[in-house]
This record gives sequence, structure tokens and C-alpha cells, in this order.
Amino acid sequence: MSMPFYVAPEQVMKDRADYARKGIARGRSLVAVACADGVLLAAENPSRMLRKVSEIYDRIAFAGVGKYNEFDQLRIAGIRHADLKGFSYSREDVDARSLGNQYAQILGQVFTNEMKPMEVEILVAEVGHDPSGDQLFHIQYDGTLVDETGYTVLGGDSEAIKDRLSETYNSAATLGEAAAMAVSALAGPDRTLGSEELEVAVLDRIADRRAFRRIENGELASLLS
Amino acid sequence: MSMPFFSPGDDPGPDFAALLVRTGHQAPDLPANASDRIEIAHGTTCVASRYADGVVIAGDRRATSGNWISHRTIQKVFPADRYSGVAIAGAAGPAIEMVRLFQLQLEHYEKVEGSHLSLEGKANQLSQMIRNNLPAAMSGMAVVPIFAGYDTHRSVGRLFQYDITGGRYEETDHTSTGSGSMHASTVIKLGYRSDMDRAQTIDLVLRSLWEAADEDSATGGPDLMRRIFPVVATVTVDGFSRVEDAELETRTRAMLDALAEARS
Repeated sequence: MSMPFYVAPEQVMKDRADYARKGIARGRSLVAVACADGVLLAAENPSRMLRKVSEIYDRIAFAGVGKYNEFDQLRIAGIRHADLKGFSYSREDVDARSLGNQYAQILGQVFTNEMKPMEVEILVAEVGHDPSGDQLFHIQYDGTLVDETGYTVLGGDSEAIKDRLSETYNSAATLGEAAAMAVSALAGPDRTLGSEELEVAVLDRIADRRAFRRIENGELASLLS
Repeated sequence: MSMPFFSPGDDPGPDFAALLVRTGHQAPDLPANASDRIEIAHGTTCVASRYADGVVIAGDRRATSGNWISHRTIQKVFPADRYSGVAIAGAAGPAIEMVRLFQLQLEHYEKVEGSHLSLEGKANQLSQMIRNNLPAAMSGMAVVPIFAGYDTHRSVGRLFQYDITGGRYEETDHTSTGSGSMHASTVIKLGYRSDMDRAQTIDLVLRSLWEAADEDSATGGPDLMRRIFPVVATVTVDGFSRVEDAELETRTRAMLDALAEARS
């Protein structure tokens, strides 16, 4: 029987992190911006059918970048968790913080215990009744949970996009202004993104119950113009 | 509460009821003959009628336990999702729970799959839920709903009637359920015309519930002193919309004045 080679734990973790980061960097990025009208989520996504942004609960949205099947599995688990919790207790008892924590636990566990880490970065966003109630929980592939204020960027090129966004960000922006900020940060100085290359959704602050709404086709084109 | 994960082979998919069973959230079955031992609140008459733009659904507000009135303002007409509504008659507890589960089921499907169920799919889903309630129905806790909605594929309003075994019957013009349904459906049958508009249809369903309440002690009539009126809702291409009490009050007073006029 052959003995396996000894590999230092530091090396194992570093290899896994590199692997996950490479996987995530292959995909395109996503931006979430809290503004006066709600929380806007914009992703560079040429597909009309495979979504990066989706609804979890009344005032909570999910966004993921990286490997589609992995973040889609997390999305469905989140919907199940939220619907079960709302059914057992009340709709008011479902919150983004508890969902974000659960996701962080799962990603952390997969990162340390499984053969392969998940090549994803996800966001749980909740819109408040006033802007101070907005929450953005950004969860990394290794389970690191960050509570962001105002805006956040997911994906490979996130540092550069974040720099661009920090220059233009304004928390009192309207939905149209927020969309313009998000899209120009995603595109960068050298290119422009058309509405057919974007997936945009909003958590509408003044909605009665279900705040999540996709902005598509004509509405998206007019919002960006 | 932990986050539910399943292997691809035994994933419950968009089925919320299956998820409840798998995660141990389903309530235990009610004991057999429970209603023989205790009086359980029952809700009664609901009607639905088609008109040019969609459907109108309505239900009275009374729940009774035996010969007692247990609630005066119970709600029996609910939105199921944006384009459909459900009206219930039968044991109030199981009926309201069934509606809550049905609403969640439709929303859960929509979120997991990213698309709406067809109206036919929703009607079949409700049929299965009634079928699952059969053991309770046999011990006196039957739930007999009406399902009505706007079919966005065909651009028409559609009505579905059920029996306690989950049998699903589509009706072309109007339908009713509950203890006062015989009187209510006779009124609708006599007054129904295929070219009715919203106002005429609302007046007709109010009249039908009035006549049912007049003959059936388990059906509550409009209560002008407490300002309690039937719950009436329309489902059209713009979705489910409940008719305001102010409008119902005006229409009810006009109806009663006309009835009194005819007698004087």
C-alpha cells in the first residue's frame, strides 16, 4: 500500500482558494446598488434564460456569480429555507441576515471539508422600508460573510469595478441614476454595454408585498437611455 | 431551522407540499371523527360568475359551529396568486390552512422555476390538495373550494368547481359551493346573461348571496349596522382585485331599496 504525500494544511487551503478564485474570475461581474427607490441589481449576462439575479422572498433577492449550477443550487435552497420559515412562523420573520449566515455556514463547510470548493460568490440583498433598512450580505466562496453598505460588486473584476463605483456612488440616486452608475461601472471606460447584454432587477422600496421585479426589454432600454 | 439540501436524484423540485413532508413540517393527521366530538366552525356560501373581462368571486362572511354563529367577519375569498382566486366552503380551520398552503405552493413554484404555473396547472394542484384532505373530509371536515382565474394563455376568465374527492369540473358560466349554494345558484342562473359587465355581475352575486342568506341560517347576509359586506373580488387581465366595501355598501343599499320598493 502506498502512503499519500504529506501536504501542509496551508498549501491545501491556498490551492483550494486559488481554484475557486480562478473559477469565479472566468465569469462576468455583478453590481448591487442601494438607492432612494430601492436596491438595484445589475449583471453582465447575455443569457435571457439562465439568471444570475432572482427572488427569494417578499423583500429579499439573491444574486450569484461563478458556476451556474452551484449558485442555482444555493438559490433554490434559499427559497426553500425562506418559504419554510415563513410558513412555520410568519412572513415578517424571514430576514436576509439569517439567510446570509446560513449561506456562509454552508460555503465555509464545503470549502474546508469537500474535495472541491464551490466556485461561487453570492449576495443576499434585502430592501428596507426606508434606506437605512437596506442590507447587502456578500458571501465569498470560503464562507466569508461581509455586510456591505451602499453598494457591492461580485465577480472576477470586482476591484476595478468597485473603484469606478466608489467615485460615482450616491445613496440618494433615483432608480435610473443608479442603473446608469451600475452599468458604467460594469462596462468600464473602454466599452459600452447594451440592454441585451444586461440582466437588471430591482427590489422596489414601496412595494406592497413582493418587492422583486425584473427590468427587461423596452423598460430596461428606456431606463438606460 | 437549517437550509434544506437534497441530492439531484431525490430533489422535491418546485413542490412545496413535498418539501414540507421531507423536512418534517407537515402537521399530523386530524383524528378520525374529530367533528363528532367537538363542534368545528364551518363556512358556507360562495359563488363565482364569468363576465366579459374575467370572473367575479364572492362569499358571505359567516362561520357557524352547529347552531351558533362563531364568526361574523370570516373571509372565504382569497387571492391564490396574481391571476387567480379561491373561495372556500366547509370546515373553516382546514379550509384556511389549505388556502395558505395553496398560495405558498404557487409562489414557491414561481420562484423556484422562474415561471408561472398555467391556470390549468393551478387548478390541478388544488385538486390534489383536496384529494389529500379526503380522510378528514370523511370525518366531517370537508373543504369544497371554487377556483377562478384569468387564463393568460387563452385570455379568458375560467371557473373550476370541486367535490370532496378532489374531482375537478370546469364550469362555463357560473358556479357555487356551500350550504346556501342551491339558492344562490338559482338566482345566478335566472339572472345570468353572457354579455354582463362588471357592475351587473357584482349586483347579481350580491343578490344571490342575499337570497341564500334569506333561506339558509348558516349563510350571513349583509350587516348594515356593523358594515359587514360579502367579500367580492374580480380577476381580470390586470389581476386579482378586491371590490371596496364602500362600493359594496352602495350596491347593497340600492338592492335592498329596490326589493323594499317591490313590496310596497
